[in-house]
Amino acid sequence: MNTRKKLADLAKTIRSKNAGTDKITFDIIFREKATYETVKRSGALTPETVCEILNVDRARLTDFVEYDPAFAIKFTILRLRPSGSAGDGDIFGAQQYAPFLDLMIDISN
Amino acid sequence: MPSMKIICPNGHLGFAPLKKGSFHLGVDANPDFIAADSGSDDIGPVPLGTDTCASPKAWQEHDLEEMLLASRRIGVPMMIGSAGDTGTNSRVDMYVQMIRDIAARHKLPAFKIGWFYSEVGKDKILGKIRAGSPIKGLDAREDLTEEELGATERVVAMAGVHPFLKLLEEGSDVIIGGRSSDSAIFAAAALHKGYPEPQSYYLGKVLECASFCAEPYGAKETVMGEITDDFVEVTAMAPFQRCTVASVAGHAMYERSNPFHEYVAGGLLDMTNCSYDQVADKTTRVTGMDFVPAEEFRVKLEGSGKVGERFVGMAGIRDPYTIAHVDEVIAWARAQTEERFGKDGWELHYNVFGRNGVMGDMEPLKDKPGHELCIVVQGIAPTREMAEEVTMTGTRQLFYARLPDVKGTAGGVSFVLDEVLHASPAYRWTLNHTMSVDDPLELFPTHTAMIG
Repeated sequence: MNTRKKLADLAKTIRSKNAGTDKITFDIIFREKATYETVKRSGALTPETVCEILNVDRARLTDFVEYDPAFAIKFTILRLRPSGSAGDGDIFGAQQYAPFLDLMIDISN
Repeated sequence: MPSMKIICPNGHLGFAPLKKGSFHLGVDANPDFIAADSGSDDIGPVPLGTDTCASPKAWQEHDLEEMLLASRRIGVPMMIGSAGDTGTNSRVDMYVQMIRDIAARHKLPAFKIGWFYSEVGKDKILGKIRAGSPIKGLDAREDLTEEELGATERVVAMAGVHPFLKLLEEGSDVIIGGRSSDSAIFAAAALHKGYPEPQSYYLGKVLECASFCAEPYGAKETVMGEITDDFVEVTAMAPFQRCTVASVAGHAMYERSNPFHEYVAGGLLDMTNCSYDQVADKTTRVTGMDFVPAEEFRVKLEGSGKVGERFVGMAGIRDPYTIAHVDEVIAWARAQTEERFGKDGWELHYNVFGRNGVMGDMEPLKDKPGHELCIVVQGIAPTREMAEEVTMTGTRQLFYARLPDVKGTAGGVSFVLDEVLHASPAYRWTLNHTMSVDDPLELFPTHTAMIG
């Protein structure tokens, strides 16, 4: 039996956006509590795994929150340079979430 | 105390036009205020640095006209914050003039307009530093140095509720604000009517982005917030949208580092113990918010400093061998620029789309480039002439890169345009800091006048 699913097939919303000029924040929001709890239990989204997926030092992760009222996992990283500096490929920080779409989640637990 | 209602038709007035259908449904619901924020630092440092807008004047005027006509027709105040994207003095003056022009065009009966400014002179900030009152960095930034202040072109302070409250107390029918916290516009209206701080600030927080707190996704639709002494309710006005527990709770964390705290000048909105209830099909009620006044009054400052004049070039690559060696192609073009201009005094930035142009070093697939690439080149230098030549060298020399085993010896890249394009100057955010002030109105001078 297939016990793994893509995060994109479980979450209602997977997004990224500036949080001020120096940070990008990521929101992964689920429609139902059960799915949210399953993803939390899977251990696929932790401060360590998100830093690994984005290839950033742990020191750049400023917040990691499991936010029960919205069935959401939220984390925030510091940019290396402020938004809109020359060479910034994403001034709004709005297209940084893509690597999380295909993240495989163990749903057997 | 009876409830009070505010409608918000646009989360960033001017950035795209409001949708009239849901706005008029909102106006018909008899709100006590019509309000919207017009600013954002999402647009990068260029508009603040060059003192320009990121939005077309026609779209700004479209929304101001809709809001002004509605507000005068039903006789309730209209409030705008962060005029013209950045909230600089010139943007405030521009919006005030637009209001005057719209009023004249429609021959509106006389009304009182109030406005305030948010720009902060560099000499004032320097005075604070030298008086031993540090300009503290936010988001892991160091405290502001005199050198970094010197590299700054323009600074705006983020107003809280205070200048809005003063202008409401003076009887303003229309308020045009300089740079201000999104939530402060709405919170000021509620505080003016005597509602408690926690509910007032939460009302502002939930309304600031208009229909971003509703579902399904659809921006620029009107939402209505209703406040009492005990709770805040938010209702979607668009027929296809609802404010649900999920959409409203989800919005609490939008564009913020964490979903629990919202800092404004003068305190902190604490949403840790908020609870959400669906009280009607399109309405969610929120309770449990708290507000913690700040011990020291600190105001956030945004500053932008010029890096140089800028041109942009573009090049494509289709040869798989060249794609595999694209970093060497770029290194060649850089070396040629260095040969011409020396090591310092210019910048070249390369975004390689099709590999990692969007995410840079964070791109997990950067070792798996696509079958074709687009390189966007940005060249920066002190003068326009030099920036053009730096960019031209950094772009055209991609064509001449000397890869040892390349089969195509007639040119290493493709061009859509054999030219480089003049772009906005390059700026950078130099200030994301806070400054201590004694008087909440110290940085925000207010003015009023009659129109009509």
